Amino acid sequence: MTVFSDMLDYLLDGANWTGSGGMLALLVQQLLLTVTALVVALVVGLPIALWLGHLGRGGFLAINISNVGRAIPTFALLGLFVIADPWGWTGDTFPGTAELGPYGRAGGATLVALALFALPPIITNAYVAMREVPDDVKEAATGMGMSGWQRFWRVELPLSMPVLTSGVRLALVQVWATATIAALVAGPGLGRVITDGFFRSNYGKGLAGAVVVAAVALVLELLGALLQRLLDPMSGAEAALGPDDDADRPDDSEAGRGTKASVTALKVEEAETFGD
Amino acid sequence: MVTLLAPHSADFEIPCYSRIDNEWFCQQYFEDRGGDLVDATVQHIQITVAAIVLGVLIAFPLALIARRWSRLETPLLAVSTGIYTIPSLALFPLLVPFTGLSRTTVVIGLALYALTILVRAILAGLRAVPDDVREAAVGLGYGPARLLFRVELPLALPVIMAGLRVATVSTVALTTVGSLVAYGGLGNLIKDGVTNNFRAELAAAAILCVVLAVLLDVLLVVAQWLLTPWTHRGTSRPRTRSRVDDRVDDEVGAPA
Repeated sequence: MTVFSDMLDYLLDGANWTGSGGMLALLVQQLLLTVTALVVALVVGLPIALWLGHLGRGGFLAINISNVGRAIPTFALLGLFVIADPWGWTGDTFPGTAELGPYGRAGGATLVALALFALPPIITNAYVAMREVPDDVKEAATGMGMSGWQRFWRVELPLSMPVLTSGVRLALVQVWATATIAALVAGPGLGRVITDGFFRSNYGKGLAGAVVVAAVALVLELLGALLQRLLDPMSGAEAALGPDDDADRPDDSEAGRGTKASVTALKVEEAETFGD
Repeated sequence: MVTLLAPHSADFEIPCYSRIDNEWFCQQYFEDRGGDLVDATVQHIQITVAAIVLGVLIAFPLALIARRWSRLETPLLAVSTGIYTIPSLALFPLLVPFTGLSRTTVVIGLALYALTILVRAILAGLRAVPDDVREAAVGLGYGPARLLFRVELPLALPVIMAGLRVATVSTVALTTVGSLVAYGGLGNLIKDGVTNNFRAELAAAAILCVVLAVLLDVLLVVAQWLLTPWTHRGTSRPRTRSRVDDRVDDEVGAPA
């Protein structure tokens, strides 16, 4: 497996990390792309989803946008943006392959495709989060004389935080992962290390790029989990109660998953013996 | 040059997909290059189906293990979720040293992605089976295997199928990334379309990809409808119970 030693050599050679086309620059570029696309998607998607969730309308749209988004390959979307200007407004300059500041070649096309990609999980989770706030809590808030805005800001939003942030976290990791696809259209980001390595039969390099991308994805996932915990206003209370699984155990030990499973297993074994 | 071109263009129509026009939708493209589209679609379907089948084959025992030994559930789900966070463009290269630039690389990679969704869905489906139904079956002398295949799986099917649909639709979309190792089905045409600024090819492949995802989704909905006749025969809740009871009766009645 010389590929792996090639990969190690590539990773350990400092020259591959530094410089304008180095992995460090590409990593920063991809992080920039990811964060920008996510912020755009949040700014566009969150108000709509939260508002719909607050009103309790448009559920069909909010839920199904995820199903539609899933069926559309980001690669195809990106490809469409890159080779054309879909609305004919800008005379073949947008988004195309034009350089866009720190976002690099085809930066505009990549940003738009990534932002569109991030919208479905954000919208669906935010909507579901708002709808899952128990009705009696909402009624209590109204009964206490809260206006619609107060109810939204003080009751619904804090209670929907865990599900909402899990959507954002999902979007963050998925956008990072998908940003690598930009390299398939000679776009920006770390994916270029992978495609370069592949198309020039330098598999060690391709593998090195893959390892770096995967490692950052895992780091982002962990950071997202941490951020989610920090943003959850109820996290202190939850920590005191312990995780979900354990929370319902003290009520009724028979209801505990493990206990129930072993009871069933026991019964199955008994049944077996009787059968034989 | 002019003299050479003039008669040429007179008796030979320049196709609307040529570099001069480069139209998005062009009838001539389908007539001239339809074979490419068919080949790519067939490859796309083969890769997607193989990946989903492989995914189910791995996910099913994993879900059973996670259910039986609840201590293993958390690590199993953590590992499969960990795989999910690895970008597809990074996962395929990671597999190449073992499987080469082949169809297998793409199939294994996609199956690993589908795994995350499938294991969770199968586990959730089996957990949703009411305990009294399970206990009734056990009481009637059902062994573990028969309990699983005759009682639990049919009742878990709606939840499992929901997961299978999500996995299938995502896999159809993800297959395009396989073009990195030259086995991406319609993704190969998308890549070619981008590289050569070939709009008709790119548009046709992109649309076919979405159509394929929708078609497979519809196919799974129909399959689910056929596989779970009790969910749409009269009112659902009592039918579910009596159907299981019927089955149990049949099973018990058979040996006697």
